[in-house]
Amino acid sequence: MAQAARSVSSKEIRRLVLEEAKRAGVGHIGSGLSVADLVAALYGGVLRIESPDDPERDRFVLSNGHAALALYSALHLRGWISREQLATYCAPETLLGVHPEHELTGVDFSTGSLGQGISMAAGAALAARLQGSPRRAFAIVSDAECDEGSVWEAAMFAAQRRLSNLVVIVDRNHQQALGYTRDVIDHGALVDRWRAFGWDAHDTDGHDVAGLQGLLNGFDYAAGPPHAVIAQTTFGRGVSFMESRIEWHYLPMNEEQYALARAEVMAS
Amino acid sequence: MRKAFAEAVAALAESDPRVLLLTADLGFMALDPFSDRFPDRFINVGVAEQNMVGMATGLAEAGFIPYVYSIATFASLRAYEFIRNGPVRHGLPVRIAGVGGGFEYGAAGFSHHGLEDLGVMRLQPGLTVVAPADPAQAREAVLRTAVLPGPVYFRLGKDDRAVVPGLGGRFELGRAVTLRQGSDVLLVTIGAIASEVVTAAEELTSRGVSATVLLVSSLNPAPVGDLAQALASHRLALTVEAHQVTGALGSLVAEVIAEGGIGCRLVRCGVRESGAGLSGGQRELEARSGISAGAIAGTAVEQLARLAPVVR
Repeated sequence: MAQAARSVSSKEIRRLVLEEAKRAGVGHIGSGLSVADLVAALYGGVLRIESPDDPERDRFVLSNGHAALALYSALHLRGWISREQLATYCAPETLLGVHPEHELTGVDFSTGSLGQGISMAAGAALAARLQGSPRRAFAIVSDAECDEGSVWEAAMFAAQRRLSNLVVIVDRNHQQALGYTRDVIDHGALVDRWRAFGWDAHDTDGHDVAGLQGLLNGFDYAAGPPHAVIAQTTFGRGVSFMESRIEWHYLPMNEEQYALARAEVMAS
Repeated sequence: MRKAFAEAVAALAESDPRVLLLTADLGFMALDPFSDRFPDRFINVGVAEQNMVGMATGLAEAGFIPYVYSIATFASLRAYEFIRNGPVRHGLPVRIAGVGGGFEYGAAGFSHHGLEDLGVMRLQPGLTVVAPADPAQAREAVLRTAVLPGPVYFRLGKDDRAVVPGLGGRFELGRAVTLRQGSDVLLVTIGAIASEVVTAAEELTSRGVSATVLLVSSLNPAPVGDLAQALASHRLALTVEAHQVTGALGSLVAEVIAEGGIGCRLVRCGVRESGAGLSGGQRELEARSGISAGAIAGTAVEQLARLAPVVR
C-alpha cells in the first residue's frame, strides 16, 4: 500500500488525463480533473486490491463514468494497464472508451448511465456482508448525478441495511451538463440530505488527498451506517482556464491550450 | 405459477448457497415457500425495482445468483435500463421474474397489464427469455435454467392451479412443444394464454377444423427450427399472445417465415391498443383483444375461408 501511495499521485493522473485527452482529441477533461484527487486518494492508499482479479478485493464503481480517463490513469499508475494500452483511449475498437467497461483489467463495473453505479456498489457491499467478508465497496458519484431518483433508492436501502462497508463519494463540483447545479437542481447542503437518509455523511475538501485518505481510513467499516463523503471539488481543477468552465465538459484542447494546461499541472 | 416459482427457487437454494430471492415489496404469501425456509436469503428491497436490479448486479458479480421478483410490467419496464446495463452488459446470472403477464391483473388497470415485457426483453442479446404456460412448466423452466451463466427473464402467470393439457411440465431451452397435431391451421402460442388456445383448438375440432397447437415457452433462444418445420407444413398460422402484437411471438414467427422463405400466411392475434381506460376481468379483456378461445377459433375459421382453394 505504501508503494502504491507513492506511485498514484494526483499530479500524475492530471498529466495523463491531459496527455490522453489531447492525443485523442476528446472532451470530458473537466470531470477527469475534478475527480483526480479522489481517485488518487482511493488508489493510492485506501482501496485494498492485491490484484484486480482477486475476488476478495475491495470493489470500486465510477458511477459518473464520464470521468473514466482519471480512472484509467490510476489503473496505469498501479501497473494494471500499460502505457501503450492507456494510449488507446478513444482509439477505434478500444476497451478504453469515454465510459469504463468491465472488460478492462481493473474495472469492476461498466458505467456511463448516471444513477446506476451506486446500486451496483450497494449490491457489492451487501454481497460482502452476506459472505462474511471484510471487502468494502466504494462509489464515486457526481453531484448532478444525485438528480437521479435511483441514487436515493440505493441510499435508502443501504441505510436500512446499515451497510457500513459502503462508501459513496460525491464529486461536489457544482457542475451540470447545461449549467451550475444551483441553477438547475439545487441540492443545497448535500451533506444534510445524505444524513437525512441515514448516512454517516462528511463534508470535506475533495482536493486534499491526505485529508481524504485520513477520513476514509478512519471510518468504521464493521458496524454502523454507510458513509458518504461530500467532496468539495472544482470542475477542471488544476488548469486555471478550465476551472468551473462548463465548456470543458465538451471541448478538446488545441495545441496552445494543451501547452498551457500541461505547464500548470507540471508546476503544481 | 408464483408458488411453483418460489418452490423451485427454494429447491435450488437448498443445495446452492449462492441463490438469493429479492422482491420489490410484492409477492404477499406467494413467496412464503422461499422466505419461510431462507429468511436470511430473502431480501425485500422496498418499492424500488431499479435498485433491486442494480444491487442484483453487484451481488451476482460477487458470486451470488439473485432471483428478483416483481409484477411483470414493473420488473421489465421500470428496471429496463438497469437490466440492460447490469446483468445483460456484464453477462451475470441475475434471474428476473415478472408475474402477471398480459391481462392477469385485469381489474388493476393498464398500469398493471404486462403487455410489452416479452418484446423488450427479446431485444437484449444474451438474455434468456422464458414464458412458462403453467405451474409445472414454470418449475421445470426455473430448474433447467439454473445453471445458465447469464441472465434470465421469466414471465410468470398468476394462476397456481392451471394445467395446460398435453404439456406435462415439459420445457427445453430453444425448443417448442407440440401440444396437439392437426393439419388445417397452426396455432402458435406462448405463456399462460396457452390454455385458451388449447380450448380454441378443441372448439375448432367440433367445427370440422383440425388445428396444430405449438407452444413457444423459450422465446430466447428461439425455437427457430421447430417453428420453421411447423410453419412449412401449414398454409395458415395464427400467433396468439397476451402481449402487444408487435415485438414478441408474432414478430418472431414473422421473422422465421420471412427469413426462411416459408409459404405460410400469418395472422398475429394480440393486443393492439393502449388500454382505452378499461379495467376488468382478465377473460373479458382478452376477448376484446381477440385472444379468448372463442375469438381465436373464430379468427381461424374466418382466415381459413380466405385462403385460396388447394388445387389437387
